[in-house]
Amino acid sequence: MNNQRRNVLKTGTGAAVLGALAAAGIIKPGIALAEWNKAAFEAKSMADTLKALGAAQPTDSKEVQVTGPDIAENGAVVPVGVTSAIPGTTLMAILIEKNPNALAASFTLPAGTEANVQTRVKMGQTSNIYALVKAGDKFFVATKEIKVTLGGCGG
Amino acid sequence: MNNRLKTLALALVVSIVGQAQAEDTSAKLLDGINEYRDALADGNPSELVAAEGEELWKTARGPKNATLERCDLGLGPGVVKGASAQLPRYFKDTGKVQDLETRLMTCMETLQGIDPQEVVKAKWLKGEREKMAALVAYVVTQSNGHKIKVDMRPPAMKQMYEMGKMAFYYRAGPMDFSCATCHGDQGKRIRMQELPDLRTNAGAAAGWGSWPAYRVSNGQFWTMQHRLNDCFRQQRTAEPIYGSDVTIALSVYLAANGNGGKVVTPGIKR
Amino acid sequence: MATKPMRIRASVKDGVTEVKALIAHEMETGQRKDANGAVIPAWFITEITATHNGKVVLSGEFGTAVSKNPYLAFRFKGGAAGDKLAVSWKDNKGESRTDEVAIA
Repeated sequence: MNNQRRNVLKTGTGAAVLGALAAAGIIKPGIALAEWNKAAFEAKSMADTLKALGAAQPTDSKEVQVTGPDIAENGAVVPVGVTSAIPGTTLMAILIEKNPNALAASFTLPAGTEANVQTRVKMGQTSNIYALVKAGDKFFVATKEIKVTLGGCGG
Repeated sequence: MNNRLKTLALALVVSIVGQAQAEDTSAKLLDGINEYRDALADGNPSELVAAEGEELWKTARGPKNATLERCDLGLGPGVVKGASAQLPRYFKDTGKVQDLETRLMTCMETLQGIDPQEVVKAKWLKGEREKMAALVAYVVTQSNGHKIKVDMRPPAMKQMYEMGKMAFYYRAGPMDFSCATCHGDQGKRIRMQELPDLRTNAGAAAGWGSWPAYRVSNGQFWTMQHRLNDCFRQQRTAEPIYGSDVTIALSVYLAANGNGGKVVTPGIKR
Repeated sequence: MATKPMRIRASVKDGVTEVKALIAHEMETGQRKDANGAVIPAWFITEITATHNGKVVLSGEFGTAVSKNPYLAFRFKGGAAGDKLAVSWKDNKGESRTDEVAIA
């Protein structure tokens, strides 16, 4: 590992550090520090989550895709991503229908960032995964089922 | 062809088609699982543990306030690259066959003055054993892509191999299980997970060569001592003392069986 | 409690920078119980921001369903070898951390 590549800037408590970063121009105030969307993350059903995100009636779109395997060996770590070919995509969210809280993550994309974000999520059981995308003031959605299996004793 | 024969032939065709479909489905499932595993391989969280281990390797610690940078893992003082691919190994200076963890304990004791009992007595992923796991993650990362190459010439290695083989077949516990019960046949699996046949070169290379590993099911990095200990636990029998001869013997048995296979450490497991 | 360093890889090819980050964090859901039956409190990253030379290239919000030791991969136009790429996170306990690498 190359230590020079991993230069730790700051570590400490919350707002003070982010404030300091903002002051140092590392994070531009007003862009990154939007409040965490409590209502959306704490909503249980898909419908309530969509409502909390302001996306009550998203349109099905073939230009949006949930990426990930068809089957996951363990629900604790399931690689999933969202891609969107819709021009002007500014927001992408990952929703897991059968989780206790449907919303797993959301991403805001500034111009120049590709509408293609990959992460890893927990799934309580086999479920449909929804990719919700915002472009302009419209919401679009796509879905994919990922099966969760149980394995043996860990290889 | 009379009617009975026709029916029989038809039944045979149906059953073969049925079987082919079943195989097709299970092949598809395995493809799916392999796709899942591939997706996890890039960005193995072991990297986080290995980074800690590298810091620790270079940090002066213990009563002697020394680093581990002069630790001899078998390829000379300070040589880490490829070292764990050749472990366990017979070490002349200690007169013992040592696996990676017991060898690191020797280095900690001789270079840093840290009592090995601090590792032996710690709980998994706590205290000195957590530090051990980080060191292991760092060291085994440096053998990724190398070939398993354990030197079986020393008589002590041969002895350990025989002892490991005995332990592998030794049935114990309320279930009367041995390692071989699950890992001594071709084509076994638990639920959707295939079990390597550790008697064979391919099976042992796949198993031994991909541990230590990060386990996604609990988000923990497990050393080989940890992995083997858990096999005993799953056997519902007495768990071995950390770093004891039986654990090293089993490692010698697995590593020797897998000799020549590819090391892909740290692995990532379900 | 001390936070642990992230692992960030950022490389540029044909004018597009690819970023892959691994973040050391428990991401405890708040739905598990310990051996005594007590609920383990939720502890998870809520906000994450990536910047290129100080300009935001991705910001995200996480819930408890993001896996332990989160992984994030994305791409943005621009970036040159040697440019700074930083990733910052903040969790529900108010802890935060920033790590930075040079784009390769």
